[in-house]
Amino acid sequence: MKLNAKWASYPYIIWMILFTIIPLFLIVYFAFTDASGAFTMANAEQAVKYIPALVKSISLAAIATILCLVFAYPFAFAMSRLSFAKQKMMSMLIMLPMWMNFLLRTYAWQTILEDNGVINTLLTGIGLSPLKLINTSGAVVLGMVYNYIPFMILPLYSVMTKIDKSVLEAANDLGAGFFSTFYRVVLPLSMPGIVSGTTMVFVPAVSTFVISGMLGGVNNYLIGDLIETQFLGNSYDLNCGSATSLLLMIVVLVTMAIFNHFSDEDAEEALV
Amino acid sequence: MNSKKKLSGVYIALMLLFLYLPIFVLIVFSFNSTKGYSWTGFSLKWYQELFSNELILNSLKNTLIVAVIASVFATILGATAAIGVFSMKNKAVKGAIQNVTNLPLLSPEIVMGISLMLLFSFARMSGGFVSLIISHISFCVPSVFLSILPKLRQMNASLYEAALDLGCNPFQAFTKVVLPEIMPGIITGFLMAFTYSLDDFVISYFTAGNVQTLSITIYSMVKKRVSPEINALSTILFVVVLLVLLFTNVRSIKKETAKQKKMMRI
Repeated sequence: MKLNAKWASYPYIIWMILFTIIPLFLIVYFAFTDASGAFTMANAEQAVKYIPALVKSISLAAIATILCLVFAYPFAFAMSRLSFAKQKMMSMLIMLPMWMNFLLRTYAWQTILEDNGVINTLLTGIGLSPLKLINTSGAVVLGMVYNYIPFMILPLYSVMTKIDKSVLEAANDLGAGFFSTFYRVVLPLSMPGIVSGTTMVFVPAVSTFVISGMLGGVNNYLIGDLIETQFLGNSYDLNCGSATSLLLMIVVLVTMAIFNHFSDEDAEEALV
Repeated sequence: MNSKKKLSGVYIALMLLFLYLPIFVLIVFSFNSTKGYSWTGFSLKWYQELFSNELILNSLKNTLIVAVIASVFATILGATAAIGVFSMKNKAVKGAIQNVTNLPLLSPEIVMGISLMLLFSFARMSGGFVSLIISHISFCVPSVFLSILPKLRQMNASLYEAALDLGCNPFQAFTKVVLPEIMPGIITGFLMAFTYSLDDFVISYFTAGNVQTLSITIYSMVKKRVSPEINALSTILFVVVLLVLLFTNVRSIKKETAKQKKMMRI
């Protein structure tokens, strides 16, 4: 006789339908109805006007994701070549800031970048003129990189620990130089980590409203900020906000589909 | 070879500096005697003010209440779900459940937050403790489920049957054999749910109504760009997290070395 407890999953199934699937469908429902519940395309038309904000969100998130990848990749590799005890300590050091409240970490950058913040106090202290740092696109990208880079380091690190030292030595013995070892051995083997790291950074970055709100000022209004003000802010409009969220969801799904497509191709190539 | 090693050491150090610089700044200025960002002298003023701040203490209490209730409930729901799915034979249904489980993990937090807010407004339910706890359970339960299911798969399937053969009834076989096997998964899942709940801001922001959690209070304080009490608060939180992590890490490293020693003896 086998463990027979199918029924035990029913509460979970009901819960997920009620509080995950139905709410997601409600976004679609609200997006195509007006306040009285009648069908309308007005919200969708309004949401199309937000495409510039969407483009800005996508470009800032893409820059942040690329920077995360560029900085995290050598770091994860170096980390995976350390001794066991040091690796343990390093992964603890990477995770520790993540356990600090997300808002507090972003607030810390606010205090550093402000017009009379830490950097500018130091600059004027040594007789230089202060810089405009806060409320710029650069500050938003910095905030994204800072907050999400652990999500890039950890998946990369976990695939890189699986790359055997002897594989690298074999590549060297067979005459591969630094670049061809990297391009033909390390890169294909770390592809799954790149894909999961990229999605784990891009998705929260493109939909953020906290980072842009705290570090970006009025000139860096992202799609997340628009959604926030439509649900809880001064331009309260649930229907229009739903249409905007739908737009964001489509972007996220399309990006993830593209990435998964590329990763599958690479996995196949690696097998051949 | 040596210069390569040095280079990677320097790089690791620089990255750690980047990760810890802001936290270090917060800690230093939590002891500053005035509000600005030039050092004016050591003081514990902000710590005193923090502990007489009703709003912060009340938010801390709310955060803990929500985290305890939500994580306990999510653990029960996720554990029963994992057992149920494990004993299912229909592959299509299993796959569908897996996909639905991945939904909250893959969609942006803001979308989860507003979708739940829409649900509560659709159901004419005003935001408060109930909606907040329901939302927290919803985003915690998938990770509990995913941390328990692999433990069930790793379990030797004949163990349960052996227990039955040896005279256990199904309930005893479950509590005496299956439950201890999956306990590590249940504990991991519970801890994940608890920390997710403690740390959440975005979903709470959209579903909490007038309930103040710590994250929501911090957000409203940060927006006004004042109150160095936040620096004091973050220093305390940082030290607590550091101690917890050190404690658990030292314990697990000790366990690991003990295990290795045992292996050596065999």
